[in-house]
Amino acid sequence: MAKTTSKTAVSDDNLMARALREGFYAALVALGLFILFVGLKTDQNILNELILVQRWGLLAVFVAIAAVGRFLTVAYIRPFLARQKVTDVVTGLLPDSVATRFFRMPALIVAAVIAVILMFAGETIGAAVPAALAPWVTMIRAFAIIYVLAFGFFYFRAYISAHFNMLALIALLIYPPLMVYLFGFQGSLKYVDNFGIQILIYVMLAWGLNIVVGLAGLLDLGYVAFYAVGAYSYALLSSYFGLSFWILLPMAGILAGFWGIILGFPVLRLKGDYLAIVTLAFGEIIRLVLINWTAVTKGTFGISGIAKASVFGIWSFDLAAPNNFAKVFELPMSSAYYKIFLFYLALALCMLTALVTVRLRRMPIGRAWEALREDEIACRSLGINTVTTKLTAFATGAMFGGFAGSFFAVRQGFVSPESFVFLESAIILAIVVLGGMGSLVGIAVAATVMIGGTELLREMTILKQVFGPEFTPELYRMLIFGLAMIVVMVWKPRGFVGSREPTAFLRERKSVSGSFTKEGHG
Amino acid sequence: MMTKDPILKVEHLSMRFGGLMAINDLSFEAYRGNITALIGPNGAGKTTVFNCITGFYKPTMGMITMRQKAGKEFLLERMSDFEVTRDAKVARTFQNIRLFSGLTVLENLLVAQHNKLMLASGYTILGLLGFPAYKKAAAESIEQAKYWLDKASLTDRADDPAGDLPYGAQRRLEIARAMCTAPEFLCLDEPAAGLNPRESLALNELLRSIRSDTGTSILLIEHDMSVVMEISDHVVVLEYGQKISDGNPEHVKNDPKVIAAYLGVEDDEVDEVIEEIEHIAPGGTL
Amino acid sequence: MEYFVQQVVNGLTLGSIYGLIAIGYTMVYGIIGMVNFAHGDIFMLGGFAALIVYLLLVSLFGGIPIALALLIMILVAMVMTGLWNWVIEKMAYRPLRGSFRLAPLITAIGMSIALSNFIQVTQGPRNKPIPSMVSTVYEVFGISISLKQIIIFVVTAVLLTIFWYIVNHTPLGRAQRATEQDRKMAALLGIDVDKTISITFVMGAALAAVAGTMYLMYYGVIVFTDGFTPGVKAFTAAVLGGIGSLPGAVLGGLMIGLIESLWSAYFTIDYKDVATFSILAIVLIFKPSGILGRPEVEKV
Repeated sequence: MAKTTSKTAVSDDNLMARALREGFYAALVALGLFILFVGLKTDQNILNELILVQRWGLLAVFVAIAAVGRFLTVAYIRPFLARQKVTDVVTGLLPDSVATRFFRMPALIVAAVIAVILMFAGETIGAAVPAALAPWVTMIRAFAIIYVLAFGFFYFRAYISAHFNMLALIALLIYPPLMVYLFGFQGSLKYVDNFGIQILIYVMLAWGLNIVVGLAGLLDLGYVAFYAVGAYSYALLSSYFGLSFWILLPMAGILAGFWGIILGFPVLRLKGDYLAIVTLAFGEIIRLVLINWTAVTKGTFGISGIAKASVFGIWSFDLAAPNNFAKVFELPMSSAYYKIFLFYLALALCMLTALVTVRLRRMPIGRAWEALREDEIACRSLGINTVTTKLTAFATGAMFGGFAGSFFAVRQGFVSPESFVFLESAIILAIVVLGGMGSLVGIAVAATVMIGGTELLREMTILKQVFGPEFTPELYRMLIFGLAMIVVMVWKPRGFVGSREPTAFLRERKSVSGSFTKEGHG
Repeated sequence: MMTKDPILKVEHLSMRFGGLMAINDLSFEAYRGNITALIGPNGAGKTTVFNCITGFYKPTMGMITMRQKAGKEFLLERMSDFEVTRDAKVARTFQNIRLFSGLTVLENLLVAQHNKLMLASGYTILGLLGFPAYKKAAAESIEQAKYWLDKASLTDRADDPAGDLPYGAQRRLEIARAMCTAPEFLCLDEPAAGLNPRESLALNELLRSIRSDTGTSILLIEHDMSVVMEISDHVVVLEYGQKISDGNPEHVKNDPKVIAAYLGVEDDEVDEVIEEIEHIAPGGTL
Repeated sequence: MEYFVQQVVNGLTLGSIYGLIAIGYTMVYGIIGMVNFAHGDIFMLGGFAALIVYLLLVSLFGGIPIALALLIMILVAMVMTGLWNWVIEKMAYRPLRGSFRLAPLITAIGMSIALSNFIQVTQGPRNKPIPSMVSTVYEVFGISISLKQIIIFVVTAVLLTIFWYIVNHTPLGRAQRATEQDRKMAALLGIDVDKTISITFVMGAALAAVAGTMYLMYYGVIVFTDGFTPGVKAFTAAVLGGIGSLPGAVLGGLMIGLIESLWSAYFTIDYKDVATFSILAIVLIFKPSGILGRPEVEKV
């Protein structure tokens, strides 16, 4: 189908006929796909028997979307993109053509004006319009602000990409105070905890897994096992022995690394998909043991009431403690201080992970990991003991998983096997691959987009306006997450950052294009 | 001719794959400071011999002894592949080039110095903490890499990905990388395969300078007779996993068994060939 | 002894279902070297298709004979699920063919998440129980074999024979085997590789749909998360038998079924999955390419 689009000689009539035909086929396929699952819904009646509910209207919508979408793609969008490509080549606009068309000065002025008006007069306008329209006002405001910010990013893109790490760190450092300033202590909780800490945990985990998958090229589908080991180490040792977070954090990491060696030793001679399935199996085994070994782990009930972390033992966040943070500083009681503290703690742990990873890459062991990913046999011919090299990668990755796990336990105050299902491993792996294997920045961006994006969906009250009040956006979170994984991967198979930074250079540091790097066989 | 001090002794080597006897009771020696060539028709078992020497295959029978300059001896058939390089100081290249294509040329050469650097970095821990001893070792390893980059005329491409190099340069890089492991014995599997005549000459130059400057002994498999005859001091000929000739290039070139093997005549016709050769070149080299 | 044989029969029933799913994994792996993670959810989709068809038949024709109902369920589920997998392959896997090995794995995981959540959203998150369709039980030498089990055995055996015949004795099977050996060469020799791969996906999905129907009939209940555990077990079975090998997939499936039922019968049911996975790990550690897999020769 795509083959013919390049032929500009195709007359418009022909194109229309084809577009109509393909639209019709798309409708047929969509009808086939959705007739059972969308057209009919299994529901329980009062007698608890299954009955079918008919939803032909919804089915018609699905089919129509497929048909119209296909028709428009073939008839207009594809020819448009093809023409645009030619224009871009001619005008020399190719690299950022779409963006330059999207970010125009007049649009900026309009957006800025709307944003300013709605930010200062939003309350009055919101009160003035009918209640049903109020969320739309909020949405327009949000879009205007986002557009202005994006314009800024686009305008300063050269500066930003040159100083990305520093700018990102500054942004993260001022993020909690900014949220407190904008939304107050109580209002900031959501942004600091659900967005900030949540994303940072995934960044930490993905950076840890990156050592195993991205650098050493070992496909590990059971990474969540080490996360679980870290979380349970903290939960159990803290509730049974009352040890503090600052002792248990390194211990949890070491224990997880130790488990990495135990599990890694027998399985690392396996290659490729065999390694993947055995690591998956180990992940499941650990979860099943956590569920069934009720004497120690309390099974599916989980362990609750896990002690909070303190600021190095100086200030506590326990309400009863005499050195409670709020009491010492005579502040009003709020759980926000603890969350903000946790945010900075997570940030520090992430920075530690990044620092260690960056330094490890320049160590002989890090280079050996990458060499292992490129060609294992060549590694052995150079006298590198591949078994220990793999084990160190596995153990190091596991150790960071352990750190993240103990942090997770301290943040939740509760752990149960439900947090350590295969889906988590899959999400972490997806973040690593979507980010671009081996690239810390790419992975952080992927975590922010994927986790932040799906969290954002919870906030979309506007959708309730569109789809009716019983619409729950949370339900669609994972559906959209899955589809986003597919779309991003098809769009950028090498991930957001496909190139690799060399670890040493003679004259100039040139990134290695993704087409040369391999993805490992183990 | 140098004194014949064997660096590698292969004795009664046999390798069986299922029902196939790839190498059958092969014995030969390679001498220190020499370039020894291992030649033979396709399927003669040359690469198998290489894989046995470098520990990638475990021979069914036989003994491979490597004697280092300092007198230390290693039984290579008992060692695993990475130990052969790490401890016995035997390095190798591959018939189908195996570079780390996503690493830069320089990084390829640094990976080859892994064991030395591991020790210097205190198994990563001291290096991670930024101890100066590691920094010094790292700087030295770059110097070492520069030396070999220069030898292999790759200095200009040092910061490019290895996969981006043209074929001939990849061959040279693979040899330079093997040399960065500081071997006493270097095994090259068809180093001239696929090279154009100019690249082939450059390769000869590189191999000669390896022999003269570092004293590393070389064992090479080669099909290109011009390379073999040009640079080797000693040639071993294999056919069907057995040695059919062994000696200096002149001797081997005129050995009727070798000629028969290369022309592909039946065993019972060998005598005829011998006769024919004697007829063409009376008083030949038999 | 009777208890043991009884457990073996139960295990083989379960194993047949795993085997049917495992074939889909193994065929796709064989032909494009990709672990189709969404295959477990394809199986679940097949089960749901059968469920909806069953409800539709009951509401339309009331007292339809069970045998006919089952046949229609199987056929419709096979077609529907085949269509789904055809579209999935086209949209999510084909654009990534020949690129980076992990990319299709990630889209497959994404597809798995999307499919199970799609069913959750459209069909609701609750368990979907149906009244027992077949309840006859035969007593043979003190062992009770239900008609359900016999149906499962027979359907599995018939389908395996058909598939074995297709793969080994038809031009389509030859095209599949050629594509498996060397995709580029097959294309040069005039085999429509894209079509062959599409058909492989459709075939795998059709078998998974049958497995889904059998699962629904055997357990009488299905839920949107049901793709995961049987999917992982079937994948385990495929790997255990030697991924890429059709008889291996069936053998692996039967073994996993047996391990599960015997472990639950003699030890503790809580740890039955731990036992399955541990045995997988042990087998692979000693025989890294599975029981019937071709050993991977390390080319130096």
